[in-house]
Amino acid sequence: MSSIAKPRVWESFFWPIIAAVLLLAVWHYSVVFTGTKVFPSPMNVKAGVVELLHHHVLWAYILDSLRRVALGFAAAVLVGIPLGLWLGWNAVAHQVVNPVLQILRPISPIAWIPVAIIFFGVGDRAAIFLVFLASFFPIVLASISGVSSVPPVLRSTGRNFGLSTLELLRRVVFPAALPQILVGVRVALGIAWLVVVAAEMVAVDSGLGYLVIDSRNSGKRYDLVVAAMLMIGIIGLVLDLIVRKIETIRSVRWGFRNAT
Amino acid sequence: MSSAEAVLTEISAGRKLQVQHLGMVYERDGEAISALEDINLEVSEGEFVCVVGPSGCGKSTLLNVLAGFLSSTSGSVTIDGERVSGPDPRRILVFQERGVFPWLTVEGNIGFGLSKLPRAEREQRIAHYVQTVRLQGFEKAYPSDLSGGMKQRLQVARALAVNPDILYLDEPFGALDSITRVIMRGELLRIWQTERRTILFVTHDIDEAVQMADRVVVLSSRPARIKDILNIDISHPRNISSPRYLELRDELLKQIGLAYEI
Repeated sequence: MSSIAKPRVWESFFWPIIAAVLLLAVWHYSVVFTGTKVFPSPMNVKAGVVELLHHHVLWAYILDSLRRVALGFAAAVLVGIPLGLWLGWNAVAHQVVNPVLQILRPISPIAWIPVAIIFFGVGDRAAIFLVFLASFFPIVLASISGVSSVPPVLRSTGRNFGLSTLELLRRVVFPAALPQILVGVRVALGIAWLVVVAAEMVAVDSGLGYLVIDSRNSGKRYDLVVAAMLMIGIIGLVLDLIVRKIETIRSVRWGFRNAT
Repeated sequence: MSSAEAVLTEISAGRKLQVQHLGMVYERDGEAISALEDINLEVSEGEFVCVVGPSGCGKSTLLNVLAGFLSSTSGSVTIDGERVSGPDPRRILVFQERGVFPWLTVEGNIGFGLSKLPRAEREQRIAHYVQTVRLQGFEKAYPSDLSGGMKQRLQVARALAVNPDILYLDEPFGALDSITRVIMRGELLRIWQTERRTILFVTHDIDEAVQMADRVVVLSSRPARIKDILNIDISHPRNISSPRYLELRDELLKQIGLAYEI
């Protein structure tokens, strides 16, 4: 089968399941053959998931993590998109702010943890701040580059129809830049989910990140550690699928190359 | 009507657009480059004028100055006696391609300049111009679902919807295949004859100019000067193999400096 050909329906289910079963088998037998007492087998992890579900703590932790991401991420969207539009539009402002952005951007949000704790103390707000920081930069940068790649013809057309600068930004520049902004938003959400887990390991005592570190610290429950990791992976995947769904809305679909 | 009034109406009817001693010099790499030089032109109400010239001569620059997107370095452009100082919805520039908003439907594009109208009137105008450019059935379609010719018709409809008195077209059919181009010429002429707007149409296609225009303005190569203005004295519909048509076409080819024997 060539790589361009579309897989048949049964294949699109069959092969991934085979791959997953193989992976689980390798994992299971690695644990059995090495005789490790620390690392859990798939069965242990399954038992761990069931245990967490019965304690109800898992749901509370998932909600805590999601709430922190939602707040920090929403703040980054609300601040980042207008700021990015303005910086992309105003060359002078861009020249002033860009060096600062470029220096702050490569700093891992993890490195901000001590600073966040000084600012907000150990607690929710520190974690939310870290999520905000992590998602802010990709969103601002995508918005700036989105604005600068708006075709001049469309701007001219907007001005020709008598739009004021604010109307032009709202009715031409923003929709024209939106596909690129959404790419930044999607990257930002991925990073936000990575960062909330890290932040919860240090800055708070709830959430999936806390579950990972707490399970290890209180009695080396690696079955629970891996169970929590599994949950983090699944939720991250679901979040990405939701953002991808937004990209298929008709008014932005034109901007995505391989969209149908 | 007194004779003075008659003269006045004749002047205002005779001169929709007046270009006087227009010059445009811009700087590139510290060097002054002259794009337009001493352009003088009068266009009357409802007239269809084509501007032709060798590619890169400054045709588009001229149109951008007339539409108010660029300011000239000397001379003036006046419309109905009012000096042009910037873009204005009373005259709309139609671009060669990619001028429609890809995130809006056909209806959304046509209604773009109508946001201040009451809903009922806006919808009625949209419906009217969908008809005018024959895009019925595509009202809810997005530009990505339209052909090149349909997109250009959409641009013309969006322009006409705001009821402009002048339409500037910058090689609007330049990116279309030759068959579509011929069809589009017919469509534009039909629209011009029913809507009676003043049209300034830039093209590098001599046949296009002779088929459509009342007058053809011939520009020289850079810096653009007006070489000649030709009256196309053939009534519509034009027979494109009539002796007069061929004569005028050959005259234009000669003006531009092209050999018409290949």
